[in-house]
Amino acid sequence: MPVKLILRDKEYDVKPGMTLLDSLKKINVLSESVIATREGEMILDDEILQDGDVVKLIAVISGGRN
Amino acid sequence: MKCKKCGSKASVNMRQHKLALCKEHYLEWMPEQTARFIKKYEMFTHHEKILVAVSGGKDSLGLWDILVRLGYQADGLYLGLGIDEGVHYSHESQRLAQKFADEHKLKLHIVDIEKEYGQPIPVLAEKSHRGYGKPCAVCGLAKRHEMNRIARDLGYDVLATGHNLDDEAAVLFGNTLSWASEFLLRQGPVLPSADGLARKVKPLCRFYEREMTAYCLLRGIEYIYEECPFADGSQSIYYKELLNQLETTRPGAKLTFYLRFLEARKTGELFIEKNREQAHLHPCPKCGQPTSTDDLCSFCRMIEKVNAVA
Repeated sequence: MPVKLILRDKEYDVKPGMTLLDSLKKINVLSESVIATREGEMILDDEILQDGDVVKLIAVISGGRN
Repeated sequence: MKCKKCGSKASVNMRQHKLALCKEHYLEWMPEQTARFIKKYEMFTHHEKILVAVSGGKDSLGLWDILVRLGYQADGLYLGLGIDEGVHYSHESQRLAQKFADEHKLKLHIVDIEKEYGQPIPVLAEKSHRGYGKPCAVCGLAKRHEMNRIARDLGYDVLATGHNLDDEAAVLFGNTLSWASEFLLRQGPVLPSADGLARKVKPLCRFYEREMTAYCLLRGIEYIYEECPFADGSQSIYYKELLNQLETTRPGAKLTFYLRFLEARKTGELFIEKNREQAHLHPCPKCGQPTSTDDLCSFCRMIEKVNAVA
């Protein structure tokens, strides 16, 4: 199963086994511009995302594209 | 990544400080740092009455929460701007500001622009023909005017706003691009009081926007996630995005940009002091607030113009 990243009304699928930082690079989102949560807990750039993970990305710049 | 203080799993990593913290220690660190900035920039004391400008967003609610946790006498001020745009923006932001106040048993003053001046912000903007089709200039003008009026009328010692480092760096970046020296001279964590002007302070000016988001999430503070619908595509957001690109490759770039500016301004490295003398202020004949224009202040002129059209 892919890892699902959700940012505002968009969803992105990435391969499992990558770090959060590499996953964000894949979808062209700056790590600086978001906070990532998984099952309600905040996770950091070095977290390795696993099969079936659903990561919610919270934009820190209100109104920004990311 | 591990918490630098206790070694447990970190929730927040601040690359500019080379500091990762767990939830518990992050929620301790934020008020500690805020207290340090309040003292460093001599913003206010525990004996003074603080009015916090609250928008329902993460920064202002986070600021209010931190000040209360630090034991300051802090009341809130919410300005009803009358912005709907199909998403009930003002209604929702007021609901969240009120919810926070109720949950923490805090006093929230609510001032509705339409009730005070006859029209909501978008209509004031349209009728006054200011701001090139967007109400942001009128909104900023009205907020500054009303926040100062209410702080002064209700006897508060100081007005605190939730501007974070990204806000400050974006303004600094914009003013630097155009070398707007008068604006640059006025930018800082504290704008001292003057005749008719309340002291204004920005206790969050050294926290990244990211840190304020993390604080609200970890504290469980519900805030309005979406920015004002009129802010979409704004210059300040564009500048913030550019600065975050820089920050990604050079951690600490935003902080250094701002702090180095404050140092240079303080030591007079960048600007000629005579510019300060040129900014002569006198009371507006209608509302009495200080203005640099010859007659009525910009706000009163706008209201007169709108009323003349109506």
